[in-house]
This record gives sequence, structure tokens and C-alpha cells, in this order.
Amino acid sequence: MREKIRKLPLGLIILTILALTGFASVICRYLFGLGAVSNMSDGRGWGMWIGFDLYCGVALAAGGFTTAAIVYIFGGEKYHSVARPAILTAFLGYLLVILALLVDLGEPWYIWHAIIYWNIHSPLFEVAMCVMTYTFVLALEFSPAVFERLHWNVPLKIIHAIEIPLIILGICLSTLHQSSLGSMLLMMPTTLHPIWYTPILPILFYFSALAVGPAVVMFESTITGKSMGHEQNHEVMEGLGKIIPWILGIYLMLKVGDLLVRGNFGLVFTDFPHNILWWAEMLIGVILPIILFSIKKFRRSNTRLFWGAALVVLGLIINRFNVSLINLQMRPGYTYFPSWVEIATSVGLFADAMLVIWLAYKVFPMIKHSQHDSPTALKQD
Amino acid sequence: MEIDRRSFLKLSAASIAGAAVLVSPTPALASSGNESQANTNGKGMLVDTTKCVGCRACVVACKQWNHNPSSPVDDESKTHNDTPLLDSKTFTNIRATDVQQGLEPKWVYTKIQCMHCQKPGCAEACLVGALKKTETGPVTYNESKCIGCRYCMVACPFGIPTYQWESVTPWIRKCTFCANRQAQGLQPACSGTCPTGALKFANRSELIDEAKQRIADEPQLYINHIYGETEVGGTSWLYLASVPFEKLGLPNVQTEPVVVNAERAMGLVPPVLLGMAALMTGTYLVTKRRKKLQAKTSKKDEQGAKTK
Repeated sequence: MREKIRKLPLGLIILTILALTGFASVICRYLFGLGAVSNMSDGRGWGMWIGFDLYCGVALAAGGFTTAAIVYIFGGEKYHSVARPAILTAFLGYLLVILALLVDLGEPWYIWHAIIYWNIHSPLFEVAMCVMTYTFVLALEFSPAVFERLHWNVPLKIIHAIEIPLIILGICLSTLHQSSLGSMLLMMPTTLHPIWYTPILPILFYFSALAVGPAVVMFESTITGKSMGHEQNHEVMEGLGKIIPWILGIYLMLKVGDLLVRGNFGLVFTDFPHNILWWAEMLIGVILPIILFSIKKFRRSNTRLFWGAALVVLGLIINRFNVSLINLQMRPGYTYFPSWVEIATSVGLFADAMLVIWLAYKVFPMIKHSQHDSPTALKQD
Repeated sequence: MEIDRRSFLKLSAASIAGAAVLVSPTPALASSGNESQANTNGKGMLVDTTKCVGCRACVVACKQWNHNPSSPVDDESKTHNDTPLLDSKTFTNIRATDVQQGLEPKWVYTKIQCMHCQKPGCAEACLVGALKKTETGPVTYNESKCIGCRYCMVACPFGIPTYQWESVTPWIRKCTFCANRQAQGLQPACSGTCPTGALKFANRSELIDEAKQRIADEPQLYINHIYGETEVGGTSWLYLASVPFEKLGLPNVQTEPVVVNAERAMGLVPPVLLGMAALMTGTYLVTKRRKKLQAKTSKKDEQGAKTK
């Protein structure tokens, strides 16, 4: 027990330091401008804030809609304990995306222009609209936790009444913009490397997000479980681990089938060094997890399941970096590596989210919340 | 402007009896003029690199018209080819390429600037519609809409839009095809100043015909390719050269517009949205019903067990 008390503050201190450094970096960005603090250039108009914060951030927030679908639409009641943490993580993920965009945009004070000036042909317009609406939907989906804590029964009842439509709306919005982040890259047929450029990019984005959703939930709930000192439910972990190889299997078939149809499969053997990056994302994030999660013995241990989930997450991050940064040769002759301010900002925002999650576990009923939260459970009573 | 004049003329026509017959041809002429311009794909520019001597008068004229300061080379050891040719204060520049085949060096000068695509990726990418392809040819930029996301810079197949990185309130900068000069009936500043006739401003379709004629007249001078006629679905700026365009740094791009796949994906958004909503609602109702049935049978079982 004493060990736990000592462990927790150290993590908190590190997170706080990272958050404050990130905050200082953001101040620098606003004072001196993008050119002064970042390594972006005309040839590299997008940097780490788009590659990591937007592309990885949105995908890693997929745990929200996948878990909501499993619990509320497909009737997987046993996953109820992870629904609320997953929705909170997704909500924070989207808040982070918006904050990162406020840092990355050249004119962040005009971000509201996206609401009044519409270009419905732009995939980015779709992303912007979905991110905005879905963040609001996620806030509503999480609001029962706040209302329960404050004992506000009237708004709680209202939210419960519209819970299912909200969940369905959230799934639809997620489907749209998880895939439209892929559509955004369809505009770059000449600059995105042919191993990755394909007309089915939106579908690949969607399936990789579906697979990483449960993995993020496993990853995150294990870490919070460890730091909060409660045992992670094995049934939940194993169940989620069972789902992942199916989705990854479809994803793998799409990835390889697409390369074969386009006649570019040879590139993954010949086109050094790009092929190394392709093999990295496929072996770490797809092939290895499919094998591991399919082994019964492997699924017996929570620790192993956690590391399996970590592989899926890592593979997805490599994939998103591959398509949005490393293999997107925006203009020939330019190189890019993020500056310290860019890295500190991204890390700082991440630390902010971790701190809020830690706080939420302390303040709100996250896991052992009342049974009537589930409408199907309500009916059974 | 046209409509104003037309309505003014109509008004005068109504008020002055008899004069209507005299003024009515004017609007008719004006509208037919607009139509013919639409049929020609708007205005274009033909760059004949065999005529360019690399004097850069066009670069200076462009800077003057757009009030852009000069960009001095800081490092004397670097030629201007070693540094990026375009920046937020340079909308056009000349790329010098040595295409030496024998012992003698042979320099070819290629003017680079926005190509003003017929189906521009930047305009499709821009989420607020700050970039627009006008009917008369130029791809214009409206900074009062821009939020600075830089998607246009990444989506441009020619790598043209630049950013005011040094500014705390940065905007996108690129060649405007002197849309403001064109609106006044003037030709762009660059072609207006070109002393060798390497730049020719006219209707795009006429320029394509002329370019074909030039190739036919001197097949030994030109390669048989008009760059920009079909590249990414056609561009307002067209190029002629004596060597393959790749050697001059003009990228080897597809003939299909860059926006095609994105457009297809965006067209699928409404059906996917509706389909997903229907699928999820259906699944929810099925799950709910199955749960109810399960509850009923388990209740019956309980009752059966009790009566037994």
C-alpha cells in the first residue's frame, strides 16, 4: 500500500512537468509564429501536429465508438465496465485533436470559419464537421457520470431517454470521419507513395480504426487499473482480445488484396527503404497480433493481452505516420524532423489528457456505476 | 458589371421609347461573349521555353505588381537554384536547367508559378472554399476565409502554394494569374513585360491550337508534347520545350485530375451515413428483441420449475 502511495505522485509529477512544458511551448508558438518554433516549411506544410495529434489522435479515440457499439448496440453487457472509461478517453482524444489544431492552424482565431464557409467537396470539411459534432455527442455520452456525481436526476433521465439515438449518431459520425481522414489523402495521388496510395484508403482507415478501438481500451484500462490499484476484469480483456484478430484479418486481406489488384505488391519486397516501413506497420500492428490473439494460451494472461494490445496501437501509429508524414513526399528536396517545440507541445497535450483521466477516476463514478445506466438492464428490472 | 449595365440599359430602354431597338443588341452581344469564353476553358498562358532567355523580367514585374520585396541570396556561394524558387514573396521564378548533351552546356529556362489547374486540388481541398477556380481561368485565393490549415499546400501536385512562415498571422501566397489585372482587361504582369515572346496570353483553346501549330512547324525543335494540355485534367498554363519536361523539373503527373478519387469518396458519404444509421438501428432492435425473448423464456423456465 505504501508503495502505491509513493508511486502515484512520481507519475503525477512527471505528467505535470510535461504538461507545463507543453503549455510553455504553446505560448511560444503564439508569440513567435509557426515558422519560428516549428520545422515545417513550404515543402513540408504538415508536420507532427497533423501526423501524430490529428491522424493518430483520432484513430486512437476509436475506442469510444467501438465500445459503445459493443455494449449498447450489440448487447455485450459484460463490457459495460469499460464503456465509460472508453467514452471519456475518446472525448479527451477529440478535445486534444481540437487543441492541437488550434496550435497547428495558422489562423486559429478563425477556426469558426469552418462552420460558416462550407466547401462540401473537401474531405477536410467533413472531418471538421464530424469532429465538432462528435466531440459534442461524446460529451453528452459521458455526461451521466457527471450528473450521477452531482445527483442531478432530471438531466440524467433526459440523457438516458436519448442514449441510444446518441450512441447511433456517434457511431455514424465516427464511421464518416475515421474514413474521411483517409479520403483526405486521396488528394495526393502523385505525392503519396504507391505502396500506400489507393482509392480504398478510406476503407483501410476505417478498419484499422475498428481494430485499434478495442486495443486502446485494453491498453488504457490496464494502465489506469495498475495506477488506481484495481484488478482488470479478465473476461473483458479476453473478450476484446478475441474480437481484434477478426477485424485485423479483414484489414490484412484488404491491404494485401489492394496491393495485388493495383499490381504494386512487388514494391513491398523491392522498394527499399519504404518497404521496411510497410513491413513494420504490418508485422507489428497486424500479423503478429493476429497470431498472438488467436492463441488460447496467450489470451489467458492479462499481461500478455496488454502487450498484444500495445502492438496493435504501435502498428497503427506507424501506419498513420507512414501515410501522413513519412511517405507523403509533399515536395521533393525538403526534409522534416519535428522541432523541440513541436514535440513538447504534442507530449504536453498527451500529458494533459492523462492528468484529466486520472482526475476523472478520482472524482466520477467510472467503473462501478449504477446498473440502470444500461437501458437494456433497465428493461429487465 | 455586365448585369448592372444590362439592367441599366433595360431601364433606359423602357424609359426612352424607340431607343430599345438600338440598345437591345448590346446585352445579347455581351452574353454571347461570355459563352464563347466558357467554351474556351477561360484564359491561358503559353510558355515557350525555347524562346526564354532567362532574363527574369517577368519575376521583377510580378514582384512589382504584387508589392513583393526582393529576395536577396544571403549566401554568395549558393546559386538561386540551390534555394527554393518560390516563397511567400516570390510567386514566380525561373528555373535554369543544364540539358547538355554533347560538350557544350545548354541552358533551358523554365518559368514556374501556379499552373491554374482546370480541376485544382487546392480548391477541392480547401475546407472553407478560400481557393476557387474562376470561369475565366485564374485560381483565386480569398484570405478573409482562410484558417491556415495548409491542406492546399499539401494537395497541390505541383508544389506551388507557399506560406508566410515568418509571420504570426500567416496567409497562403501564390500566383494569382493577375486576376485583378485580367478583370480590368489587362494581361498578366509577367507576359506584359516578356521581351522575347516566350509568354503568350490568350484564350486557352487558342493557345493549344497555336502550340500544336508551332510543333508542326518546327518538329526538330520541339518535343511533341504540350505540358498542361492534359496534365491533371488540364491546366491554364501550357508549356512547350525542346527536351522532356521532367528534365526541366515539371513533375510527371497523371492525366486524371487529382481530385477524382476524393470526389468519389465524398459522393459516398450520404449513402454510408444512412446505411450505417439503418444498420445500427436494426442491430439494436434485434438485440433488444432477443434479450426480451431470453428474459421471457428464462421467466417461464423459472415458473415451470416452481410449478414442478
